Amino acid sequence: MMWLGLLRRELLLVLRHGSDVTAVLFFFVIAVSLFPLGLGAEPNLLRQVAPGVVWVSALLSAMLSLGRLFAADHADGTLEQIVLSPLPLVLSVAAKILGHWLVSGLPLVLLAPLLGLQFDLPVHELGILTLSLLLGTPVLSLIGAIGAALTLGVRGGGVLVAILVLPLYIPVLIFGAGAVTSSAAGLGAQGGLSLVGAMLVLAAVFAPLATAAALRIAME
Amino acid sequence: MLLASDLACERGGRTLFSGLNFSLKRGSLLHVQGANGSGKTSLLRLLCRLSTPVAGKISWDGEDVRELREEYSAQITYIGHQPAIKDELNVLENLQTAQMLAGQPVERDQALHALGLLGIKKYAHLPARVLSQGQKRRVALARLWLSSTPLWVLDEPFNALDAEATNLLQQRIENHLDDGGMAVLTTHQTPSIAVHRVNLLVLA
Repeated sequence: MMWLGLLRRELLLVLRHGSDVTAVLFFFVIAVSLFPLGLGAEPNLLRQVAPGVVWVSALLSAMLSLGRLFAADHADGTLEQIVLSPLPLVLSVAAKILGHWLVSGLPLVLLAPLLGLQFDLPVHELGILTLSLLLGTPVLSLIGAIGAALTLGVRGGGVLVAILVLPLYIPVLIFGAGAVTSSAAGLGAQGGLSLVGAMLVLAAVFAPLATAAALRIAME
Repeated sequence: MLLASDLACERGGRTLFSGLNFSLKRGSLLHVQGANGSGKTSLLRLLCRLSTPVAGKISWDGEDVRELREEYSAQITYIGHQPAIKDELNVLENLQTAQMLAGQPVERDQALHALGLLGIKKYAHLPARVLSQGQKRRVALARLWLSSTPLWVLDEPFNALDAEATNLLQQRIENHLDDGGMAVLTTHQTPSIAVHRVNLLVLA
């Protein structure tokens, strides 16, 4: 009940402050669309680079939106109230992360098939790409939350988050994009997708715990 | 009963206070005084478990608060320096959200009633960003009219309040004490609350 209230609050705040979300989405769309323009109209090449391009752009967009995950609540004192809330901090953090994914991860997943068309991806690979993003973008939000919490209140935190978090995104990138590539090569996508799914399960269990611990340290 | 024994606090390698002992019974108020930087806010944050003491222990009804965890948090209403008001939400939403986070959700009518008592009902549907500092403070304090927790921890609650709101708040705190509640507050003013209820704690 309270958990849903917190999630609702997250979404309401984003709705009222919509420019942040649309900026991240525009960044994703533009970054992906620049590649066909820069690489030229060579369908084979485009088909080969498509998974990597979409995935890297998704990583960078996810990074962009991490800053506002805890910073605003920290600045205006809401974070203190969340820590003091009778709801365990791990669950509050999980609600915030889910809210973050719903507004900055899920739209990327929904846009991906459309953007994939620019790269002349066949329908089957478009499906795999979307599925890999559906499994992978929550991992980006979960791992990103740890970075955002660790750099809370630090000057130049934005750059620090990138340095902390991007290396941790690498496995998700490799297996997420790899699933599409191997499917295109006729090897099947199951291996990559299973690994990304496993990372999702691991991150969903441990990232909220780590984030809550980092937030407690930041509050001291 | 709130009991602090041998409490010590450090900030940035400097000891703010150590060997601090006090107890607070139901129906009484702890007025924390001290110069700027003497550790008043740090003490309140320790009491709320927002930070951990370098030494000593805080207990609530005889049990260590570190073991009570969320159970202890549910006993506290904390209003800090920052009013925890979101500019994007309107006044009513802010109050309802704050109560929801505190685990004491209220209906719209109850929230409006509390705002009315503080004279800010007419702003209920305005976004909080158009309010003045004092009005934001009133919105944050409106929680006290909805709260049913026994322990109130208030950091400089009279800041930015006019004479009328100060009176309202003092009355509300007195009612809370009459009902067997407890309050810990810092202020540089002398609140006009019955002397026998007030315990002074001076941090040097």
